Amino acid sequence: MITAERKPLEEIIEYIRPFQKILLIGCNECVTVCSAGGRKEVGVLSSLLQMSFLKQGKNLQIREHTLERQCDPEYVEELVSMVDGVDAILSMACGCGVQEICRRFKNKPVFPAVNTKFMGASERQGVWAERCQGCGNCLLGVTGGICPIARCSKQLMNGPCGGSTNGKCEISPDVDCAWQLIWDRLKALGMEDRYEEIIPAKDWRPGRAAGPRKIIREDLAE
Amino acid sequence: MKTDSVLEKVLKSGNLAVTSECGPPRGAVPEKVRQKAEMLRGYVDAVNVTDNQTAMVRMSSFAASVIIRQMGLHPIMQMVTRDRNRLAMQSDIIGAYSHGINTMLCLSGDHPHFGDHPMAIGVHDIDSIQFVQMVRKMRDEGKFQGGADIENPPKMFIGAAANPFADPFELRVARLAKKVAAGVDFIQTQCIYNLDKFEKWMAGVRDRGLDEKCYILAGITPIKTVGMARYMKNKVPGMDVPQEVVDRMAGVPKEKQAEEGIKICVESIERLKQVKGVAGFHIMAIEWEQKVPEIVEKAGLYPRPQIV
Repeated sequence: MITAERKPLEEIIEYIRPFQKILLIGCNECVTVCSAGGRKEVGVLSSLLQMSFLKQGKNLQIREHTLERQCDPEYVEELVSMVDGVDAILSMACGCGVQEICRRFKNKPVFPAVNTKFMGASERQGVWAERCQGCGNCLLGVTGGICPIARCSKQLMNGPCGGSTNGKCEISPDVDCAWQLIWDRLKALGMEDRYEEIIPAKDWRPGRAAGPRKIIREDLAE
Repeated sequence: MKTDSVLEKVLKSGNLAVTSECGPPRGAVPEKVRQKAEMLRGYVDAVNVTDNQTAMVRMSSFAASVIIRQMGLHPIMQMVTRDRNRLAMQSDIIGAYSHGINTMLCLSGDHPHFGDHPMAIGVHDIDSIQFVQMVRKMRDEGKFQGGADIENPPKMFIGAAANPFADPFELRVARLAKKVAAGVDFIQTQCIYNLDKFEKWMAGVRDRGLDEKCYILAGITPIKTVGMARYMKNKVPGMDVPQEVVDRMAGVPKEKQAEEGIKICVESIERLKQVKGVAGFHIMAIEWEQKVPEIVEKAGLYPRPQIV
């Protein structure tokens, strides 16, 4: 999933300070799962903003709404009837959702209420960790199912650097050494020989190197 | 001979090679480069020039290498994958070669986290093994990494690092094997204090015949104080300083500790000379370059062979 964290309240307040009526929209997908921008977080942020402005003697009107998927034009269309009556839109979706709202509502200021972080997985309750960088040419098949691009701090593709200590990365004892994980798994699978195959320099074009990316499925595209 | 590198010639001649290190200054002070390098003249075969070591901005390795080359010494230009993509690396390699620099060390580099620009992003377009492959292709095939022909290809003697003390230990010989397969000519190791572990690693290296496919220079760093020993033991990732080394430093009065550090260093070299597959020594006397001549002499590595 795409993970996110709510921005500091002060930053959000500065964005919406000039406005009276706000549409605050959540998203029912990834940001709901990582507890950053779903229906519940929309409710909490709405109360916090109203309280904060009330203290300054300002009556902020907030309309709350959570879409099934903010990155999907079909669902964004739901907002049409709500947008006319507000001065600005505050989105709790990831950057994809925010931009989809901007695209649809060209004359309305739109502000992000979360910082989009990374593609990751839940490690345990309340903890999410990065797993994928969307390089566009998946290496997991040759690295034992653990990604060195996303999980090695130096994105080394051919083994651990000289800083790997007790299974941890040199940058922090809280970060696992990706190559220790890869090696442990190759061993568990009896595939140690795989380690000695050199992974050649990566062609980054399927990733960000060739500019903003797009997928066009001819069989589906209208 | 693959190159005109003096280091290659010394190694090929069968002599134990000696290299040392010059960390460029944090400012436009070429005289500091000259000062440090001058201390090493006659006592080492080649001088490593670090590339933004510990992820702190310094005079570029390329520029400092040119200064050292102009002094008639032989720089080993270090280059890290952290600060440059493959275009910048290759252009610097042909640039350096155009200035008579023919020996280099290919590294991934310390993470920006450790330096004074922790907000910077590491490039890591390629890793250190792919870097070795790239420099070998430039030299042996006369081609850029992208495939185009190079006019007058740079003939670099190619070095890389190895750390026998990092984890997982069982992977450390295999990692060297990958560097050898990528085309490395020589290796400089992490500073060795745990000689038993180093000898164990070397046994694994010999089992696979890797010592016959590349020259291994054992890394040596003299310890100045017991504080430095403790710091390296506890704070530097991938460093293995046994407790007895710390105790030995702690066992002598403060004013005698530097001398004790040199003694440990010379004893280590004497023992490592007996290890089959050790082709020389890389003496990293960090901000203590003036001690290198003394270490080289006391370790019986002076005078250096005169190779033309």
